[in-house]
Order: sequence, then C-alpha cells, then structure tokens
Amino acid sequence: MTLSTLTRRSLLKTGAAGLAVATLPATLARAQSPVVIGAVYVGPRDDFGWNQAHALAIEVLKQVPGVTVIEEEKVPETDAVAQSMESMINLDGANLILATSFGYYNPFVIDTAKKYPGVQFRHAAPLWNKDTDPANAGSYFCYLNQAHYVNGVAAGLSSTTGKIGFVAAKPIPSVLSNINSVLLGARSVNPAATVQVIFTGEWSMPVREAEAANALIDAGCDVITCHVDGPKVVIETAESRGVKSCGHNASQAALAPKGFITGAEYKWETIYKLYADAIAAGTEVPNFVVGGYHNDMIRNSPYGAGATPEAVAAADAAIAGLKEGKPIYVGPLKDNAGNVVIEGSMDNYDPVLDGMNYLLEGVEGSIT
Amino acid sequence: MTSAPTVSPVTAGLSAPALRRIEALVIPLGALIASALVFSVFLLVLGKSPLQFFGLIWTGGFGSAFSIQNTLLRSAPLILTALAFAIPARIGLTVIGAEGALVLGGFMAAAVAIPLVTGGVAPCFGLPVMALAAMLTGAAWIGLVGWLRHYRGVNETIASLLLSYIAIATMNFFVEGPLRDPASANKPSTMPIGELYRVGPIPGTTVHWGLAAGLVLAVVLHILMTRTTFGFAARMTGGNVRAAQAQGLPVGFLVVGCCAIAGACAGLAGFFEVAAVHGQANASLVAGYGFTGILVAFLARQNALAVVPVAVLFGALGASGGLIQRRMEMPDATILVLQGIIFVVLLTSETLYGRIPFLQPRRTGDRT
Repeated sequence: MTLSTLTRRSLLKTGAAGLAVATLPATLARAQSPVVIGAVYVGPRDDFGWNQAHALAIEVLKQVPGVTVIEEEKVPETDAVAQSMESMINLDGANLILATSFGYYNPFVIDTAKKYPGVQFRHAAPLWNKDTDPANAGSYFCYLNQAHYVNGVAAGLSSTTGKIGFVAAKPIPSVLSNINSVLLGARSVNPAATVQVIFTGEWSMPVREAEAANALIDAGCDVITCHVDGPKVVIETAESRGVKSCGHNASQAALAPKGFITGAEYKWETIYKLYADAIAAGTEVPNFVVGGYHNDMIRNSPYGAGATPEAVAAADAAIAGLKEGKPIYVGPLKDNAGNVVIEGSMDNYDPVLDGMNYLLEGVEGSIT
Repeated sequence: MTSAPTVSPVTAGLSAPALRRIEALVIPLGALIASALVFSVFLLVLGKSPLQFFGLIWTGGFGSAFSIQNTLLRSAPLILTALAFAIPARIGLTVIGAEGALVLGGFMAAAVAIPLVTGGVAPCFGLPVMALAAMLTGAAWIGLVGWLRHYRGVNETIASLLLSYIAIATMNFFVEGPLRDPASANKPSTMPIGELYRVGPIPGTTVHWGLAAGLVLAVVLHILMTRTTFGFAARMTGGNVRAAQAQGLPVGFLVVGCCAIAGACAGLAGFFEVAAVHGQANASLVAGYGFTGILVAFLARQNALAVVPVAVLFGALGASGGLIQRRMEMPDATILVLQGIIFVVLLTSETLYGRIPFLQPRRTGDRT
C-alpha cells in the first residue's frame, strides 16, 4: 500500500470519528427538550392525499412552544416502521409517536409500545383496544364516510347519468363504508343513482388507478370519486376526460378547475391541536379520539365549478344534518346480493359499522 | 487509485496469494472512498454538508449500542439473501429471485405452524419443522430455476425474476383466501404463531437469531465453495461448462444443487421474518430484502465471507436513512442515490484488478 492511500483513508477515519464526537452535544440537547414528536408517514408528504393531510395538520404541532417535530416519510408497513420508531426514540429522544398508516399498528406499534412504556404512541385508525393493548398506545380517527355521504349528495345532483364511478383501494371496512355512503348520499337526492366500483388492490398504484378511472368513464359514469392514498391521478384522469370528480383525503380542487364538485377531507388538525394543548398543559394525551362532522374532525372541500347550485344547497343541508347527528345508515338496507344487512337506523359511530363487509344494493362491484 | 510506477518496497516481499488478498481489500475500500467523494459533490450541489451526512451515518449506523443493534438487525436478512445470489453466481448463474423464495419460505413456515400451534406441539420441535419447511420450499423454488436452466435451457435470470412474482401472488392468494385468519380483518394475514413460537433475540441484544444463522451459513458456505470438491467442481463449472462436462463433472447436479442452497438461504430468511419479526405471514414479507441482497452480493464479489461486512454496511445505511431524513430534511431517496453511486463505482473498479502495478506479483508470463 502506498503512503497516499493510507493517508487518505486514515484522514477520513479521523474525520468520521471527530464528527461523531461533534454531533454528540447536539444529540443530548435534543434529548433534553421537553416534547419531541415523531411522525411516520407511509408515502411522500406531498401526495395530494392521506400523507399530505397528515403532514399539513402536523404543522400546528410545530407552533407549540417547546415542541420539536421530527418527520420520516415513505416508511413501509413492515419491520422498517418499528426500526424507524425506535430510532426516533433512541436517537432523537421522541416521546410521542404519531404512526399515521393503517398497517403500522399490529404488530409494530403494539410491540414497540410494550418495549418503550415511557413513550406515548398514537395510531391513525380506530384499532386500539383498552383491554388488550398497551396503555401507552392509542388511536385517533375521523369517520370520513360522513364527508363521502356529502360527496354523494352533491354528486347525485351534479351528475346527468346518475352513475357515479368509485376507484377503491382495498375492500376493508373503512373503504366499503365510504363507497356505501356515497351511494346513500346520491340516493337521498336521486333514488335511481348507482355507484360502480373498481378495486385496485393497493393503497397506491397510480397506473391501475388511471385504468380504473378510464374504465368507469367508458362505462358511462360522469362523476368519479375514489378512496386511494393519493387521489391525484384519478382526479386528473377525470378532468382530462371531461367528467366531474369528487375528492378524497385532502383538497384536490386545484387539479380539476372545470369538473371538481367537492371532496371528503380529514381535519386531523383538530386532533393534533387537542394533543398539542394537552402537551402544553402538561396533561395526558388522550388514548382514543374519534369523530366526524359533529366534533369538527372532517370537512368537505370548497365547492368547485362542477357543483350545480342545487347540489351546493343540498350538500350544505346534508352537512347541517350530520352535525346534528342525523344517521346515514337507515334500514332496512340490503347488500348487492339481496341480503338484508341493516335493519333499523344506525348511529353514525355505531361500532357495528366498523366491521362493514358488504356493498349495498345499488353499488355495482364485488369485494371478492 | 494512485500507484507507484515501480514495485513498492512495502509489497515487494509478499507472496502472490497475499498480494491478491490485499488487492481484493484495497480496491473495494478505495471504491467506497471514491463513492463517498462523488456523493459529497452531490451533497454540496444540493447545499448540504457532507460532513454532517457522514457524521449522521456514523451516529445512525454505529454511534451507540442502539444504532449498532439496529444496523445488525437490518443486515440479518441481507446476509441470507446475499448468499442466495452469491452461491449460484459462483457456478456462473445470475439468479435474482431470492425475494420470491424468501416470501414463499416465510409463508410456508407460517402455514405449517398453524397445525403445530393449534395441536400444542412444543416449540423446540415445532420451530425446526417450520425452519425446515421454509428452507425446503425455498430450495425447491430456486432449485426449479436451476433445473429449468440446465435441462430446458431457460434463462435463469428471467425465470427467477418471474417466479418471484408467482411466489408473491401465491402467498397473497392463500393469505387473502384459504389461510386467512378471520381476525385479520383489515390486513389479511395467516393465523399468528403466538408468543411461545416466536424466536427471541440473541441474549443481551435486540437482534434476532437470524443474524447468527447468517454468520454460520456464510462461514459454512465459504468453506463449501472454497475447500471442498463440490465447491471446486462448482467453480470449475462456472468457469467453463463444456470443460466441466468434458471432465465428467455432474454439471446438472451442481447447478441444481447450488440453486437449491441459494433457495434454502432465502427461505431461511423468510422463516426468521415470520418467526422473529412478524409472527405471521402477510404482505409485509415483501420488503425487498431479496433485491437488496443482489447488490450486497455484487459488492462482496460473490464471496460468502465478504457478504457479512457488506451486509452490515448496507444495514448501517438503512439504519441511518431515517435519521438523515429527520435531521437534514433530505428525501428518503438520498440513501438510494448513495447506494447507486457505490454500485456504479464498484463495478467500474472491477477493471482495476490486475492493473495496479505495486500489487502485482513479480513474475512474467501468463496471468489468469
């Protein structure tokens, strides 16, 4: 080995060691700050959808004095999330973890919460069970199907064919409830309305989402809506084909200046503000927070050019009704195989609805 | 690399094998340093500090007991999947299907666990059965690639890649259908294997036993490939198939055998993913370890022993990726850019073998 090789190598090594020492005080300083919140996202923070809705809302936590927010995006729903959370706890001194993707909960949030009893974990889906799950874990969730019901009302009066197309990710209860709510909203103003649904099978699969949107438009749907992580592609496809659209997760109004009707949006900031206030007051962060229109946890996007005046009036009335607790699921309701699935009137937060595993009569599509 | 035009006095007295070993160490290390320099330019263009970047890699990868364990945890599956690429590479095959063997092996471990767990079989008997099932499944899967290659002339690279998709689809079919645990409403999974059946961490650490298995297999396979007649015959076949056939070597057996060993390694990685990490089989098994393993094996120049440090390096890059996102506010793709640069520089550095004058033995005539 020549001298020059050795010198360069040892130089870098010394540099690295020096750096490690230099970064130590910074690490300690972080560990001493009173509240460090670690947010984990499954996708990019600017996806026009689920992650963006969370990232924008988390901004309010950054305003609270003494609170540091650290964020990590594109963390898959695998062991990687457990390692990211542990890294936030050990290296950044995080003491509140916001795990924002559905698949993070079991087993990763549960196991990590057991391992770090001094750290609080909150997960964005109504999965926490106070009897079986760790006391330092918890859930927060917004019942977005109420906003999808409003989408349905507005879509039912903005459509000329009465056929609404729905691009859905996976046939899990929260998605099915959104599809069924769009149908019930549309039928409340147009009893002949139908919803045609295509499942892509993945939370984020832009190519298949575009194909599904095109197929639905080809089948005669003149309003397209969706439940996928990032609705950008679906909304843009609808706009480029000249049909109307309803959004999901965050506002996509900017993507469809001609055809946007309204959209179902989470208002995570209500929950995050609640957390921030609890932290600032030095009290416990609540374990379980769920809500909808009645406690200001969801909203509909401002009406776009696609919404007719009648649609706006009816949607505003529907929102007012939901705020007073008017039920969406009023039986008897049949699924699209003809079985009666809901007998009487269901409260909008009835836990039975969390187990929804059917599409109502009037929805064309299959969950298997 | 810098080089002296004449034979260096430091290396003059060394034997030819010793020089080869030094060369095999100096060139990859030099390439790593060169990649770091190229990447530093990239960082400077972005206005970020290279010193902070490499300091954070040190902090996140090796800076504390937690970081080291996080690194080792991430490297555990990579060692096994890298071996799954390296072993067939010695016989001249480019098998890139470890992902499929890992997924299918992990799934099979979870599937055979169902009757074992419900039947109350003791874990000391049940776990080896699960591991064996995973290894046999992986061996059969990649063994099939070898069989197709030797007896049907099917390109092993394409076959193994496509078989990966079939493996993932097969697991999805069973996990979402016949073997779905009814309790896993929103994330289709097989029945949990339960706490009793979980493979715990290596005592005193948080790293699971998959790391130990990887280390043992790396040593065993290194001996197999360099110190046995099987390994010699395999390497000879890799050098020239026709010559090996002319010598009467059982080429078909060697090809299928090397592929089966590779598949068993990947299947074992799948077993640990199920038994030590997830506790059940579901879509989280598809984490890309099989593909990262290809990169690791490439950098290790298909040497089973060298796979270990390279896997640790990649584990460290993965472990510090989140920290870099959080502290430097850089996108998660940053680490991928660094990995890409390392890959290209290392491939380029292959041309340096035999061309650094002071590392060549002092003799004339043929060099092979």
